[in-house]
Amino acid sequence: MHQTLRHILSSRPVVCDGGWGTQLQAAGLSGGECPDSWNLSHPEDVQHVARQYVEAGSTIILTNTFRGNRIALKSYGLADQFMSINESGVSLSRAAAQNSATVFASMGPTGKLLMTGDITEDEVFMAFSEQAKILASVGAAALVLETFSDLTELTIAIAAAKETGLPVIASMAYDSGKEHDRTMMGTTPEDATRAIADAGADVIGANCGTGIEAYVPICSRLCRSTTLPVWVKPNAGLPEMTEGRTVYKQTAKEFARHAVALRDAGASFIGGCCGTTPEFIHELRNIFET
Amino acid sequence: MDDFKQLYEAILNGNAKISKEVTQQALDKNADPQMLVQDYMIPAMNEVGRLYEANEYFVPELLIAARAMKASLELIRPLLVKQGAQPAGRVVIGTVKGDLHDIGKNLVAAMLEGSGFEVIDLGVDVSPEKFTAAAMESNASLVAMSALLTTTMGSMKSTIEALRSAGVRDKVKIMIGGAPITQKYADAIGADGYSSNANSAVALARKFAGIQ
Repeated sequence: MHQTLRHILSSRPVVCDGGWGTQLQAAGLSGGECPDSWNLSHPEDVQHVARQYVEAGSTIILTNTFRGNRIALKSYGLADQFMSINESGVSLSRAAAQNSATVFASMGPTGKLLMTGDITEDEVFMAFSEQAKILASVGAAALVLETFSDLTELTIAIAAAKETGLPVIASMAYDSGKEHDRTMMGTTPEDATRAIADAGADVIGANCGTGIEAYVPICSRLCRSTTLPVWVKPNAGLPEMTEGRTVYKQTAKEFARHAVALRDAGASFIGGCCGTTPEFIHELRNIFET
Repeated sequence: MDDFKQLYEAILNGNAKISKEVTQQALDKNADPQMLVQDYMIPAMNEVGRLYEANEYFVPELLIAARAMKASLELIRPLLVKQGAQPAGRVVIGTVKGDLHDIGKNLVAAMLEGSGFEVIDLGVDVSPEKFTAAAMESNASLVAMSALLTTTMGSMKSTIEALRSAGVRDKVKIMIGGAPITQKYADAIGADGYSSNANSAVALARKFAGIQ
């Protein structure tokens, strides 16, 4: 196991952070804006999100660099700010973490499908490779490839991320199929585990998806099919509309109760995705300490 | 007519090359284009839809089947037009204002095209005005909107309002979809329908177009 991970995993489960996009929206990010662009335009708000997670008790916090690959940034017309968005993403989280948390850098998918021919495998590799190098050069302790649906894209991203020598977490979003146990592209947890382990990732994960309840059986299946540590960051249920506003109805306490089942199923890293807040992380911390 | 069965199989397996070849061969033998569509191609897409609902097919299988269907339709459509046949319906589709996600929208567009609809794809970040203008100009019978963000789904409501003020609301059926969308939301903003995936979007569009 990678030294960085061995050290962090000495007390299990490791509490990660919660949602960033939903927190930034609460701070005024508008729908059409690229959240990652706030690293440059609203650095204090981004750092505040990171800081809140550190204060709530996250041992690991991520960075606001989910869309920081050149292909995703290009669709926002931000490809030319690619370097500074990624660099500031890491430094904002590091400044918030100080010595209280470790900063893992977030890398999301390109948003394009390989199989429709919109992008080539070489372009995908290049995009992840240059993002991974920048994130590593400014001090990310690990790279988190998250919310992937396409195993081909993910394995390319793993190969690119591994070039840095940092530990690589590879996490897919399971939200499709009758049991919500497949990715959009039909990948099962078992298929994912095999391909992700073969590609050389250090940690196998599941994030986003349809809510924490559905991720308990997925977590069990991941743990049964690998000896690698498992990372789980579910959403706070599905959003509902109330008086024209989008609300995640699940409470932090409910979420934390289900998180115990994730731990018992074998998850090593537990946090939240969309709709989860610092309060959720605080509850996670409480429930794991009692 | 046994060799037409190959057309059915080619679409079901998403093999565009074979589907195109078999279609060309059939047309060379003066096969009735209507019959090819009705008896082989649409049943194949129906089976693709059934397999998707049964979780045996996923997005990749849907996409390649739609592609194979489209390859055959491209050969057949000119002949259908000559016979005076109409497309299943005309759909204006786009991802709503402020939202740049296109995977879901592209999937629905491909599936609709594969099912014989004429699709006018407005792309991403489409303003209510642009939706309205396109619906009016094309005389579309369907408007399909996609949103992947909870913060942009409100643009669906403004688009419906824009269609209403322009006086075209009642000339079109409005269908919506995307990760945060629910039937409840569709009802709340006055859309005519919601679907959770590309396959059920086609079923919904066909229902609106009066096709079984």
